[in-house]
Amino acid sequence: MYGFEAMTFNIHGGYLEAIVRGHRSGLLSAADYNNLCQCETLDDIKMHLSATEYGPYLQNEPSPLHTTTIVEKCTQKLVDEYKHMLCQATEPLSTFLEYITYGHMIDNVVLIVTGTLHERDVQELLEKCHPLGMFDSIATLAVAQNMRELYRLVLVDTPLAPYFSECITSEDLDDINIEIMRNTLYKAYLEDFYKFCQKIGGATAEIMSDLLAFEADRRAVNITINSIGTELTRDDRRKLYSSFGLLYPYGHEELVVCEDIDQVRGVMEKYPPYQAIFAKISYGESQMLDKAFYEEEVKRLCLAFEQQFHYAVFFAYMRLREQEIRNLMWISECVAQNQKSRVHDSVVFIF
Amino acid sequence: MAGHDRRRGGGCCPAMDLMRSEEMQLVQLIIPMESAHRTVSYLGDLGFLQFKDLNSDKSPFQRSFATQIKRCGEMARKLRFFREQMTKAGISPSAMPLPRTHVNFDDLEIKLGEIEAELVEVNTNNEKLQRTYNELLEYNLVLQKAGEFFYSAQSNATAQQREIEARQVGDGSLNSPLLMEQEMSTDPSKQVKLGFVSGLVQKEKSMAFERILFRATRGNVYLRQAEIDYPVTDPVSGEKVAKKVFVVFFSGEKAKMKILKICEAFGANRYPFTDDFGKQMQTIEEVAGRLKELKTTIDVGLFHRDKILKSISHQFEQWNNLVRREKSIYHTLNMLSLDVTKKCLVAEGWSPVFATGQIQEALKRAATDSNSQVGSIFQVLHTREHPPTFFRTNKFTTAFQEIVDAYGVAKYQEANPGVYTIVTFPFLFAVMFGDWGHGLCLLAATLLLIIREKKLSSQKLGDIMEMTFGGRYVIMMMSVFSIYTGLIYNEFFSVPFELFGSSAYACRDASCRDATTEGLVKIRRTYPFGVDPKWHGTRSELPFLNSLKMKMSILLGVTQMNLGIFLSYFNAKFFENNINIWYQFAPQLIFLNSLFGYLSLLIIVKWCTGSKADLYHVMIYMFLSPTDDLGENQLFPGQKTLQLVLLALALISVPWMLFPKPFLLKKQHQERHQGQAYAMLQSTDDDLLQVEQDHGSHEHEEFEFSEVFVHQLIHTIEFVLGAVSNTASYLRLWALSLAHSELSSVFYEKVLLLAWGFNNIAILIVGIIVFVFATIGVLLVMETLSAFLHALRLHWVEFQSKFYEGDGYKFSPFSFTLLSQEED
Repeated sequence: MYGFEAMTFNIHGGYLEAIVRGHRSGLLSAADYNNLCQCETLDDIKMHLSATEYGPYLQNEPSPLHTTTIVEKCTQKLVDEYKHMLCQATEPLSTFLEYITYGHMIDNVVLIVTGTLHERDVQELLEKCHPLGMFDSIATLAVAQNMRELYRLVLVDTPLAPYFSECITSEDLDDINIEIMRNTLYKAYLEDFYKFCQKIGGATAEIMSDLLAFEADRRAVNITINSIGTELTRDDRRKLYSSFGLLYPYGHEELVVCEDIDQVRGVMEKYPPYQAIFAKISYGESQMLDKAFYEEEVKRLCLAFEQQFHYAVFFAYMRLREQEIRNLMWISECVAQNQKSRVHDSVVFIF
Repeated sequence: MAGHDRRRGGGCCPAMDLMRSEEMQLVQLIIPMESAHRTVSYLGDLGFLQFKDLNSDKSPFQRSFATQIKRCGEMARKLRFFREQMTKAGISPSAMPLPRTHVNFDDLEIKLGEIEAELVEVNTNNEKLQRTYNELLEYNLVLQKAGEFFYSAQSNATAQQREIEARQVGDGSLNSPLLMEQEMSTDPSKQVKLGFVSGLVQKEKSMAFERILFRATRGNVYLRQAEIDYPVTDPVSGEKVAKKVFVVFFSGEKAKMKILKICEAFGANRYPFTDDFGKQMQTIEEVAGRLKELKTTIDVGLFHRDKILKSISHQFEQWNNLVRREKSIYHTLNMLSLDVTKKCLVAEGWSPVFATGQIQEALKRAATDSNSQVGSIFQVLHTREHPPTFFRTNKFTTAFQEIVDAYGVAKYQEANPGVYTIVTFPFLFAVMFGDWGHGLCLLAATLLLIIREKKLSSQKLGDIMEMTFGGRYVIMMMSVFSIYTGLIYNEFFSVPFELFGSSAYACRDASCRDATTEGLVKIRRTYPFGVDPKWHGTRSELPFLNSLKMKMSILLGVTQMNLGIFLSYFNAKFFENNINIWYQFAPQLIFLNSLFGYLSLLIIVKWCTGSKADLYHVMIYMFLSPTDDLGENQLFPGQKTLQLVLLALALISVPWMLFPKPFLLKKQHQERHQGQAYAMLQSTDDDLLQVEQDHGSHEHEEFEFSEVFVHQLIHTIEFVLGAVSNTASYLRLWALSLAHSELSSVFYEKVLLLAWGFNNIAILIVGIIVFVFATIGVLLVMETLSAFLHALRLHWVEFQSKFYEGDGYKFSPFSFTLLSQEED
């Protein structure tokens, strides 16, 4: 199919690609961020956002505004756009779009399970869930006591079910268990998504494999850094790495034995694309790593828009919008807590 | 120009002059702070000033009146909240115009805040009550349905027991197994005590609910469900949803915990229920009593809310307008720059020259009304910026001007094709749509729109309807013209009429019936107006009409293109650009007319003399072998000499168009450049602002000779090739007119006459229906559209390309009337 997709792509995908590109041009620009960073109060932010595409979502909010409201409304906009696209999509684009939400689903499952473990109210937890990762029986997760029950009761109906095959144990749920479960699920999800994209083929496969490989590598690095100093064995650690990406397989071998962050750095610097990321960070520091990764990701996502006739634009758009919402959240938090000097710490400019 | 001077002196209402856009001026207003708000408000009423944004480098919330805008936004939000509440309660804001009481902005803000707080309080109270009410309603349903379960279960059980007993009585000699069974079913001490939970669950979730219950308890559960026939209001969300009553029986504490959690997760509301019949009756009664009480309380609350909303509804529109006005005023104020002393605001903007008096008067009025000690200062600035284009149109000319603006807004004071469009557009349309029957239908439809104009303009129309309504006067003109051309073509749904006397032709003798086979002779004087009806249906009808329409199209086209070229002359004259007159207008005129003007001349001569010369031949051989003898194609003596002269002129005019202009422009630029170097020194102590702006515009005037030359080359090629292709393009007039008349004759003959031929009422009715729909759908709607589009193209491309620059921008004044139109 490669090379000929341009001929037939527009029959089903043309309308939605136009839509998504239109949405993409509605992303906040650097000038918008500059203005937002100068805001004194949350009302100023609201006023500025009302001139953007977020306007209709924020205009009916009464004045003492909270950061959560802003984030909630902005997410609402993303969800509405996503639902619109999903309604219009045909196969295989609709499946592709659904794949995008599985990540949120995993996060939601983990959030609820951890929450119930610490005896939080289910309703309260549900409000914190990302609306893109909702499924019907999500609230029932609270009933489950161990992985097996979790799977048998609830997740068997969800698209996440196949990913569970690796982590069914009868152990009771605890924090480490859950974290391992999250990573195993995520690994299975990424591999599945990767396989799906390869199946679609063409430019979608090409671009998505690049984006997903980056995602997998980032997760591998994060897992390594987070598991340093915990009782996770090397074999267990290896099991959590996805079986594709730039680091697979030799990089993984080296990451498995890392004992501190500088060793991770040593491994990563062998790979030219990641060398630039680590070059920005001073030795022994891991705080700024997230931001560096985000920046690199945004750069790659923006590049996805350079090609036409492929599905990766949908993935890229959703990710960029999520990044934008994270930025807005950070800015509003800084404004609300009078920490304006720290505004630039975590904002990743999209353009 | 004369019109020019006349307008300059014009006071309130200058003569309407569409040819040139209104003369504009850049004005500066210095307004004292205390009267600023009132001044802007009066200027908004007037609507003749387009403010320039002097703070474009500041973000919205850094501007001086950001807080006021925020307040307006807040008030607008409250008003939206009221509107929402009113639509929920089914109260529409009353449209009747109230006596315009003056409402203070600050008072209104306080008032809106109070009303909102009151409404919110009433609503929360009501919501609470409503919630309890709905809960009780659900409880009532549970009691009923679950009661039914238990009752039917009990009666089943007793029936079973009775059956067993009856069997026992019947077969007393039966042995142990049956006895054991009886023992099991009747011995109460051995019965397992089952617990149960009852409640309501949403219908669409009930399947999943059942599944999860089954999985969680490993099947050790018994679920009964009963559907409720009508949607129930959910107490939490307040929405109507279809629900099911369920009763779950289970055993054991652990199962109970799980079931309760699942219920919670599914948003299933649980209600207590007792299996004791007496207690059931008691609770049902209690619930009914409480329901009645709550109902009255809720009604009182609703009545109170409606009263508040009704009182809002009277003033809603007024408030809404006020808030909108205030917001726009503050937006405008934000565009003004603050003086250093912070005592006055400086505004800059464009205004038409004729409105100077009105603006000054408004400024004065504002100053006196706000008791300001100092009046506002009004002064005209000199600038090199291009002023906006402003045409004062009325409801008739607007649509025509829109047609021109859709292509591009005229450059400031450039000749406006809109003036000619008013006549030429409908006329060219009608040439393609010539049928006076169709014209009458169109006229009737558009007159309907025009008569109901007042009513229609106040209400909201659909997309397509709005477009038709906006262009109603265009359509009216088009239909009038197509009646005229239809009379000339003698077409009425393709039926010929002898309206202007009888036909000039008749058969040689009275006995012939079929005019197409026998030759006709001319017996009377020529048919006085338009095409002789006898042509219709003859074998030579098409060749005759084609020849007529084709030649007519070329004549019309050449005339319109000449008009375009002459307009370029008027433009050059107006802007005092002699280069354009001598090196663009003159060669263009000569080129076009020496080729196609000559063709037109030949056509007219041929028509007048009735010569049989072949015009194609003449035109083609004029180029191929200009020295050859014309022979039988000669129309008038001396034609060959004339042709040679014309050909020479056309050949000369091409380099004339191409070469001199760029060189002259270069020379002119060099001269100006030298001159300006001196002028700069002198003007340093002159007006500072002007120098600055001179400086600004200076940088743009880099003269790039190659660019100018290439530009001119492209223009020349475009004109020379365009002369041929544009003339050919006018043949669309003939083509569409032909298509129209052929289509209508097809519908007439192949549908109406065919149906008539069957002599059957049913077929005739079907035929008439098909004919009517085809006429309306294809001829009146689609043909109108296509003829409209072709006329549009002829204007935009063939006509306007000769002179129209169209790179101006529209004058968009700050005006409250425009504001309210926008919002709708």
